[in-house]
Amino acid sequence: MLSDKDRIFTNIYGHHDWGLQGALKRGSWDGTKTILEAGRDWIVDQMKASGLRGRGGAGFPTGLKWSFMPKQNDGRPHYLVVNADESEPGTCKDREILRHDPHHLVEGCLIAGFAMGAHAAYIYVRGEFIREREHLQAAIDQAYEARLIGKNNVHGWDMDIYVAHGAGAYICGEETALLESLEGKKGQPRLKPPFPANVGLYGCPTTVNNVESIAVAPTILRRGPSWFSSIGRPNNVGTKLFGISGHVNTPCIVEEAMGIPFKELIEKHGGGIRGGWDNLKAIIPGGASCPIIPAEQCEDLIMDFDGTRAVKSSFGTAGVLVMDKSTDVIRAIARIAYFFKHESCGQCTPCREGTGWMWRVIDRMARGEAEKREIDMLLQVTTQVEGHTICALGDAAAWPIQGLIRHFRHEIEERIDLYSRNPRPLERQMLEAAE
Amino acid sequence: MSVRRLASEQPASFAFTPENLTWAEKQVTKFPEGKQASAVISILWRVQEQEGWVSEPSIRWVGEFLDMPYIRVLEVATFYTMFLLAPVGRKAHIQVCGTTPCMIRGAGKLIELCRERIHAEPLHPSADGMLSWEEVECLGACVNAPMAQIVPDTYEDLTVETLGKLIDDLEAGRPIKPGPQIDRHHSAPVGGFRALTTPELYDGSMVGQGAGLQAAREAIAARAAAAEEAARAAAGESNQAKQAAPAADAAKKE
Repeated sequence: MLSDKDRIFTNIYGHHDWGLQGALKRGSWDGTKTILEAGRDWIVDQMKASGLRGRGGAGFPTGLKWSFMPKQNDGRPHYLVVNADESEPGTCKDREILRHDPHHLVEGCLIAGFAMGAHAAYIYVRGEFIREREHLQAAIDQAYEARLIGKNNVHGWDMDIYVAHGAGAYICGEETALLESLEGKKGQPRLKPPFPANVGLYGCPTTVNNVESIAVAPTILRRGPSWFSSIGRPNNVGTKLFGISGHVNTPCIVEEAMGIPFKELIEKHGGGIRGGWDNLKAIIPGGASCPIIPAEQCEDLIMDFDGTRAVKSSFGTAGVLVMDKSTDVIRAIARIAYFFKHESCGQCTPCREGTGWMWRVIDRMARGEAEKREIDMLLQVTTQVEGHTICALGDAAAWPIQGLIRHFRHEIEERIDLYSRNPRPLERQMLEAAE
Repeated sequence: MSVRRLASEQPASFAFTPENLTWAEKQVTKFPEGKQASAVISILWRVQEQEGWVSEPSIRWVGEFLDMPYIRVLEVATFYTMFLLAPVGRKAHIQVCGTTPCMIRGAGKLIELCRERIHAEPLHPSADGMLSWEEVECLGACVNAPMAQIVPDTYEDLTVETLGKLIDDLEAGRPIKPGPQIDRHHSAPVGGFRALTTPELYDGSMVGQGAGLQAAREAIAARAAAAEEAARAAAGESNQAKQAAPAADAAKKE
């Protein structure tokens, strides 16, 4: 178990002052000027050396991402954009940073902005986080007041930080959709290339980072990359905010070491599975888009990027959803399919039509009202959506269904058998309208 | 995708209150010149806060205010699902999260309760026009599932009983308490903290403890030494290596 002194977010539960005075006492804004004085290249090198991988789900090395920004300014301003559009079902870690430890993020914006030559940062907070963005704005105002940021601040690098917000579109968590939304348009992802590092917000070089990736940067630089990289396993280092939700005795958010065994995480922080370990049915390890993992593979599961990949799932944002044996997994995944159908932006045909089609089929399967050959057809259609869209939402909609069929095909078949033995024609919907 | 249309009945006109107008003018200044369209979401949101929903005249008004084509604002208002395109309950619009993490902890029962207590259909105001409800996609408080939002606050760790009590209190005009509705501190585990219990984290002893800061000072010193060395080399001085060392020490002290 990670010791308290190695935790970065020390006010994640909001039991102390989240404002500037409290943050200063907990070590924020300590030596920031020294870090900036060490120079842009030094910061990027340290971030690379720390081995930090982006905390938004894809796990791209953060230092490397920062280094993609043009070294020379060609006259266009550079922008840092922070992705606080946390909307993936199962994920609720950034909310705690925004409302209870916002100064980590504000300081991170200054350092990251300096490291990429940006004088302006936009933090795009999801629309539903209203209290969270109030706290964040208050923290930014405090930092302006204390001249930690802004024009002619004590750190010698002009930095303006603005809070922007969305209004309920999951797709705006995709970096280019987020940029479109920031420009005041529908959040429909852009084709890449050009990548945001060259043509991003308002056509200018832009880096989009997750809240947690930016918020951990000041502490990593203060304590040194070797401290950070000494936690966890190679290629999967550092600390991480885990969210434990679903059928555990005490759901919670906790910062733990990467590579913590699943069992340890659940026992120490989640208070154990409801009804004991024998009652575990399956987990979704990192948010709705990650394929489901059945109980037998949770035995020795290591919670990090490689550990979850070894069981054909992914680490995502480390928001673990635990399901006990009372769960109807088919219905649980059908609800996720509905989520992706609802959140598809409508731009690419395979996703716009495919997410609705997949939901309608799996919803029938949840009732048992299907043919067994349709399971293979559904699986085949997921592969036609996957990889054939501009952004990863199509993939994200396909993976949970693929995971379900991989591990719980027998349940779908049993339900079909059950239904065909006792069909209830009155409840049967003969025609299903296409949207 | 979700298909959304404007309401069939629309008011004749829209105008911001003077305070909101001042606020909207300030929002535009967050963005570079000529990029005022970036403020469209926050201004439409303020419209909704003022009026309770987003009407067609307000969309036209925002288009004129931000110098945007009307269709672009209409696109935004219909794309983003938090914009309510028809009036909802005057006192509260209860948005129950129904996505899987909440669903498996009993959100379905909360939705049934809303159907019984408020209206059989989502987005329809109750008989007295005070309350309405809808099922929404993940609201991002999964460790406090099941939960609901009544803008601007969230009500977490709900049961049928506690949501019923919330509805009672709303109907009676009593104040309601946001956050977890059970004995729990935000997202910490029920029954007390299992982490962040070390008092030294909060007494200021964590300040100035960084090995990374020392490395930064060394990097600054090394760079200063290198710069000095380069300057000497340019001036044609020899034997720089020996002299660079004291320079580095001096830089460190600074």
